[in-house]
Amino acid sequence: MSDAHRRFHDVVTLHRNRGEIERLSDAILVAAERCGYSKASRFAIRLAFEEAVTNAFHHGHARLPGEPVEVEYEVGPDQVSMSVTDRGPGFRPEDVPDPTLEENLANPNGRGLMLMRTYMSAVLFNERGNRVTMIYRRPGA
Amino acid sequence: MASPESRLRITNRENITLVEFMDRNILDEMNVQAIGEEIGALVEGSAHPRMLISFANVDHLTSAALGALITVRNKVKAKNGELKLADIDPQIHEVFEITRLTGLFDIHPTSQDAMKSFA
Repeated sequence: MSDAHRRFHDVVTLHRNRGEIERLSDAILVAAERCGYSKASRFAIRLAFEEAVTNAFHHGHARLPGEPVEVEYEVGPDQVSMSVTDRGPGFRPEDVPDPTLEENLANPNGRGLMLMRTYMSAVLFNERGNRVTMIYRRPGA
Repeated sequence: MASPESRLRITNRENITLVEFMDRNILDEMNVQAIGEEIGALVEGSAHPRMLISFANVDHLTSAALGALITVRNKVKAKNGELKLADIDPQIHEVFEITRLTGLFDIHPTSQDAMKSFA
């Protein structure tokens, strides 16, 4: 079986450590490359992964420094899915203001979720709001 | 002058501060914060800041980097200074477009174009 038809799956406990984050990001991106995803697709996947992990540590674990998050990913020929689960209390995505409104443009914060939603095919939260699942469908699949 | 740990290359040309990134990826939250503070200090140290930030070496950035840039922009604006961005990779430019930050920043295709546009 060629790599283009393989599935790559893993569940990883991730600490707030740049080396660990980069290694996991690289593993997902290498799998995506082996499955034939374009440079533009890999840009989107990397951006969403970084935003979700940053949100989990920065917001989800704001009061839980040192706690790891869990990342589960599956890279297949038709889609990539990535879930990031933190141990925090969760949040309500609908409470995040739209950063593209004129009155919010000069606000330095609040663009991560919007970028995830723009670059991914679907972004889903569990009821508690401490797990985000992002799905990227291969264009044309 | 950049500190020894700086991930920025800072030069002065024709009374304009040119800031370039040494890393291809501006992702790490802590690095982004340090970069933002370093550029912010340059702005605060100038009575009338005139600054050009080049993204010539940058392949990736995150919303944290956008936030740091917005903070710099707000500081420059508060001093009636000028801030221009240039040499932005098309994929990153798309991030600026999606977030509507193309309307907040003065973005030029190249550093040469941006240099010519200073008042």
